[in-house]
Amino acid sequence: MRAFLKLTRVEIKLFFREPYGAFFTLAFPLMLLFLFGAIYGNEPSPYFGGYGTVDVSVPAYTAMIIGTSGLLTLTITMAVYREFGILRRLRATPLRPQTILSAQVVVIFLMTLLGMALLVLAGKLVYHLRFDGNPLSVAAAFVLGSLSFFALGFVLAGLMPTARTAQVVGMVIFYPMIFLSGSAIPLEVMPEGVRSFARFLPLTHVVTLLRGLWIGEAWSQHTTEVIVLLALLVVGVLVSIKTFRWE
Amino acid sequence: MNQVVQVEKLRKTYGATVAVDEVSFEVREGEIFGMVGPNGAGKTTTIECVEGLRRPERGTVRVLGLDPTRQERALRPLLGVQLQQANLPEHLKVWEALDLYASFYPHPVDWKGLIEQLGLAEKRDAAFHKLSGGQKQRLFIALALVNDPQLVFLDELTTGLDPQARHAIWDLMRDVRQRGKTIVLTTHFMEEAERLCDRVAILDHGRIVALDTPANLIQGLGIESRIVFSVEGGRTPEGLADLPSVTRVENLGDRIVVYGRTNGQNGHAPLVAEVVNALTSRGVRFDDLRTEQPSLEDVFLTLTGQAMRD
Repeated sequence: MRAFLKLTRVEIKLFFREPYGAFFTLAFPLMLLFLFGAIYGNEPSPYFGGYGTVDVSVPAYTAMIIGTSGLLTLTITMAVYREFGILRRLRATPLRPQTILSAQVVVIFLMTLLGMALLVLAGKLVYHLRFDGNPLSVAAAFVLGSLSFFALGFVLAGLMPTARTAQVVGMVIFYPMIFLSGSAIPLEVMPEGVRSFARFLPLTHVVTLLRGLWIGEAWSQHTTEVIVLLALLVVGVLVSIKTFRWE
Repeated sequence: MNQVVQVEKLRKTYGATVAVDEVSFEVREGEIFGMVGPNGAGKTTTIECVEGLRRPERGTVRVLGLDPTRQERALRPLLGVQLQQANLPEHLKVWEALDLYASFYPHPVDWKGLIEQLGLAEKRDAAFHKLSGGQKQRLFIALALVNDPQLVFLDELTTGLDPQARHAIWDLMRDVRQRGKTIVLTTHFMEEAERLCDRVAILDHGRIVALDTPANLIQGLGIESRIVFSVEGGRTPEGLADLPSVTRVENLGDRIVVYGRTNGQNGHAPLVAEVVNALTSRGVRFDDLRTEQPSLEDVFLTLTGQAMRD
């Protein structure tokens, strides 16, 4: 336990020393929030069922952070740790493999949570963010979405031969997905074609679930999202166990 | 004396390549045991099988009485490991690395002392990627010692270190041995093996071709000592080849090389005394005379037919 806590603390420090990951997890979503907040404000709009741009953006950007954490930060960290022999050195210590990996998961989860907290805080302070959901429901959806995408990150890291390809493939999946899933730009403004395609993107389901629960919709209205994300989580964990390599 | 490592008929292949075959040896408590050989000889594969990082294909390995692959958890805290290829996260600082790795073990040493001993005090707050190759190497040696291990494995101990740092590391390793620890190392520096190791295994093409103390290895092969000097005019003085200890004489133009086998045994004067006496009694004026003792490098050349640096 002492080793786990120490490793977690060190990994948090390392996260903040790596400007790339910290920027996209913490700063970039805030910048988007202030940008679109400045353009559209947060006036209730019939377009978003009586909610404002910021009200629907905070859960959507939260989904974007989840995507960043899973597909970029975690994928790249694991691929780099493997390729450069960082995992190899850790493996020669008494640490259990599950300790090493769960420290990674805990740190990336905490950073994702911090990203969301900053969004909520900025939304509350600057734009009178509305929240009509159940905090526990939103928290549960946040955990589900995060774990599903972290599993996807482990799968990508495991399947890609080098850190470089893991990074490129992570980005190639991530960047189109944030625009086509409604996480960066609401799907309401997208043409019908994009909206039907979006249903096949895993991140869309995180967006839909978080946005729905945020305004107080019931879980029963989101069984599809829950099933898709649970399936992603289970398959992701199984495949990443199969494809995990120490070196 | 207790055997801390026992390896019997170890075999490991990678695809069609046989990395190690029929390798058997044991390491005694409190000794520095070295494995030398060229790149690809099987040193790293052997040491990583013993460390429990690779699974042997055939053969048995026992470390401190345990099976390193099946009883890894019991064994890990007792071992210190420096790997040939490893890294730390690039933004991790020197002190953080030691503090972190110390937290993995039940009875770590005070890592502040290790930082001093390995000459890293000035780099205490430096990030890993800012360190030079030699500084990284020293940090990994420190990490291998941070748990106060009973048995230390060092793969390519002083690669990348300058001569001064190398001597400091050798002294440190002798200290570690003094405290009753056992050290297993690989090196491709013959001088390192000769000066540091109590016993040396020479590996070539995945097999052990010789194993003994450096002195026994050198004597056992009966490799000749050499006396090298220059004479005016470069003509080989007469009669040298007839001296009792001398086996042959070579003229390399400006230098004369006299080969001989004895070091004063069998009632003969030492080779150098015989040669110098003969030269002075004949009134030959010579210069730049030095003697070259056979080294482990010569043993290696003789056994494998190739130079170490190939």
